[in-house]
Amino acid sequence: MYDPQPPDVQNDQTVACADARATVVEMADIWKAFDDFQALSGASLELQAGEIHALLGENGAGKTTLSNVLTGIYRPDVGTIRLDGEQRRFHSPAQAIAAGLGMVHQHFRLVEPLTVAENIHLGRPELPRRLSRRRLISETAQAMEQYGLTVNPTARIWQLSIGEQQRVEILRVLLRGARVLILDEPTAVLTPSEATELFAVLRRLAASGRTIVFISHKLHEVLAVSDRVTILRRGMNVATRPAAKMTPEKLAKLMTGTERVMEAPRPSKGRGKPVLELRNVSARGDRGLVSVREASCTVHEGEIVGVAGVSGNGQRELTEIATGLRHPFEGTVAIDGQDLTARLPGDFVSAGVGHVPEDRIGSAIVPSATVVDNAVLRAFRTGELSRAGVMRRGAVRVFTDRLVTAADVQLPDIDVPIANLSGGNQQRFVARREAWAADRLLVAAHPTRGLDVRAADQVREVVLDRRDAGCAVLLVSDDLDELLAVSDRIVVMYEGRIKGDFTAAKARRKEIGYLMGGGDLVGGAGAEAPS
Amino acid sequence: MGSLFNALHTSIDAGAVILIAAMGSLLAERSGMLNLGMEGMMALGAVAAVVAAGQLTSPLLCLLVGIAAGALCGLVFGVVTAVIRANQVLTGLALVLLGVGLANRIGTDFAGTPMSTTFSSWPIPLLHEIPYIGRALFSHDPIVYVAYLVLPAAASYVLFRTRHGLNVRAIGENAAAADAAGLRVTATRTIYATIGGALAGMAGGWLVLSLTPTWTQNVTGGRGWVAIALVIFAYWRPWRVVGGALLFGGMISLGFLAQDQNWGIPAPVLAMLPYVLTLVLIVLPAFVPSIRARRAGAAPAGLTLPFYREAR
Repeated sequence: MYDPQPPDVQNDQTVACADARATVVEMADIWKAFDDFQALSGASLELQAGEIHALLGENGAGKTTLSNVLTGIYRPDVGTIRLDGEQRRFHSPAQAIAAGLGMVHQHFRLVEPLTVAENIHLGRPELPRRLSRRRLISETAQAMEQYGLTVNPTARIWQLSIGEQQRVEILRVLLRGARVLILDEPTAVLTPSEATELFAVLRRLAASGRTIVFISHKLHEVLAVSDRVTILRRGMNVATRPAAKMTPEKLAKLMTGTERVMEAPRPSKGRGKPVLELRNVSARGDRGLVSVREASCTVHEGEIVGVAGVSGNGQRELTEIATGLRHPFEGTVAIDGQDLTARLPGDFVSAGVGHVPEDRIGSAIVPSATVVDNAVLRAFRTGELSRAGVMRRGAVRVFTDRLVTAADVQLPDIDVPIANLSGGNQQRFVARREAWAADRLLVAAHPTRGLDVRAADQVREVVLDRRDAGCAVLLVSDDLDELLAVSDRIVVMYEGRIKGDFTAAKARRKEIGYLMGGGDLVGGAGAEAPS
Repeated sequence: MGSLFNALHTSIDAGAVILIAAMGSLLAERSGMLNLGMEGMMALGAVAAVVAAGQLTSPLLCLLVGIAAGALCGLVFGVVTAVIRANQVLTGLALVLLGVGLANRIGTDFAGTPMSTTFSSWPIPLLHEIPYIGRALFSHDPIVYVAYLVLPAAASYVLFRTRHGLNVRAIGENAAAADAAGLRVTATRTIYATIGGALAGMAGGWLVLSLTPTWTQNVTGGRGWVAIALVIFAYWRPWRVVGGALLFGGMISLGFLAQDQNWGIPAPVLAMLPYVLTLVLIVLPAFVPSIRARRAGAAPAGLTLPFYREAR
């Protein structure tokens, strides 16, 4: 349960100090179940005016569910919510918004074909019945200036970068008069510099007396930005502490219940024959523009090649080429010396290629199908699981149980739709399934994105195990720390080109960062000729 | 020369039925509701107007009865799909079978008897006296003017110039986002399904009160399906629907013209024209990538998707 703190313990940067410590929101003993899954078991949360309050927990700990209860999206089975000391019950997001509770969702709730101005004003009671484009735009611009968040008001949402979309989402919530602003994993989709900008905005908002709830599982961010931290584990509160008194180790321990062991990077046992060979491949992206340009890359047995780069520089297309999902218009793709250029994804699967895609819901699982069906998506053709085109039900269930156990997926029952699992569980599930399918090559795009400390470690372990078993691994990530910790070699992608080729031991963060930003290495310092 | 302008006159009338129904479908689809039951709702609207004509003398009142019948079907569709969240496609197909079957059953007794009351033409003063064009464009019954001018103007204004229209479009594109912004998704979708049904009923009613002023079995003749196709072809834009409706009307009147002028093409072939055109327009994107891209971008992204607030 929450243990009260004396009001002066925090390193208080807020101006509204005197009355700022008034309790704004009090959630007590909140329970919420989805079918068989108990998401919250008596969780509570206390928020004060003018604070940045981090809500920390592993995947499935109930952070998002708790905030969805607060903002009227979910109705709690049991529990009370007090706002300014008065008990409230919200039946819809509209009521919560009217009471000053605004949520910035992890998956933005923006209407893509509409403009920034239209999205910001959507559902505002002050909006006049007759729309005036000019007025919408001028009011939007005015609000942007007021809060220091600028985006082109006439741009359509789909034209914006993720960071800009987030600004629109925040503005929209602010314009509805939110006093309490809840941000669900706001930095998961941001570049480091965008995240820094966001933190500055959050501090400004807190200084103006608003309460910020910051949901995250990135420990250093939580410590950098928040005043207090509430830690959830399995739907229950573990502790609420002033951030100034915490360290990443203490937080990790509270989150997982165990002291986190920092794995020292495990070196490769030495590489073998080349497995994936890309030769001067160029390919077009979804919008028809050339997004991979004359890229060459070789990944050997027992080696992890990390692909660094700011997202959107062709990494996704590269992984799709390596798995047969996208055909290059020039260059060749070979697996184990067999030319698979312009062959079907099925041929890549037969060649022993596993793929953990960036968009797991869109291309790795069938959300409405059961966990069992999703488990055998790759392996259903094998003699173990089917005979003469008929699935062997018993074997399929045994296989699923094994996979679920190996992947440490928490679920009530393997016959529920996989959509009911939390994102972290889905990700672990996919990573393990694909690792099993990958005899020769594992292509993994952002396999730990959005995962908490423990789940990310587990997924990295899966990747390292595959490598040690002699598999080749192509790993795309925008987390440079992760790449440096796991990879044996690192290449950098910039505007579709592969630049630089570092042995991980020699790789220097500064050089990689320089290449990621579009720079060129002079004289090949730290670079190796591709083999 | 005269026959050409006669054909234009016929095109406008024949297109009006499809136009009214298509506008209804467009409005419902903009809120995310695809009601494939247009054909059934049109048939029921038509038979309701026929039955009403036995009691009432004013064609406008008969039309209102048709509208009410369609609106009732639309409301049922809205409740079943938006509130109970049944599958829109299946519900729509069921509505076609039910509507057409029920209308034919009710209509049996009225088949072949001319309507006792019909809309008469309202020539627009002065304009209709313009040679050739005057008769072709300015001497229709009042509902035609409503269909070509009032409906698209109103739909376009409401959808693109009002707060309400912004809400409707947002709900059709992304119901979860609209809900998070505090909009009433279920209520709006139910209301728009009802409006769609009302316009389908109006199309059916006007069909028997003016265009073919008698009840025949299967009088709607697939026009409800053409209307659905027309909305796609028009990229979900009201004024484009007007253009498309004229094109379909033109195809129908081309058939009459060919018979009139003895072009020697068998009548059944000519009667096929509007449906062939529908087929061509629907299949076209498979061969023309630019049309495919445009159509995919124009469709409301939330079309047919049920909305569950607590979906995970």
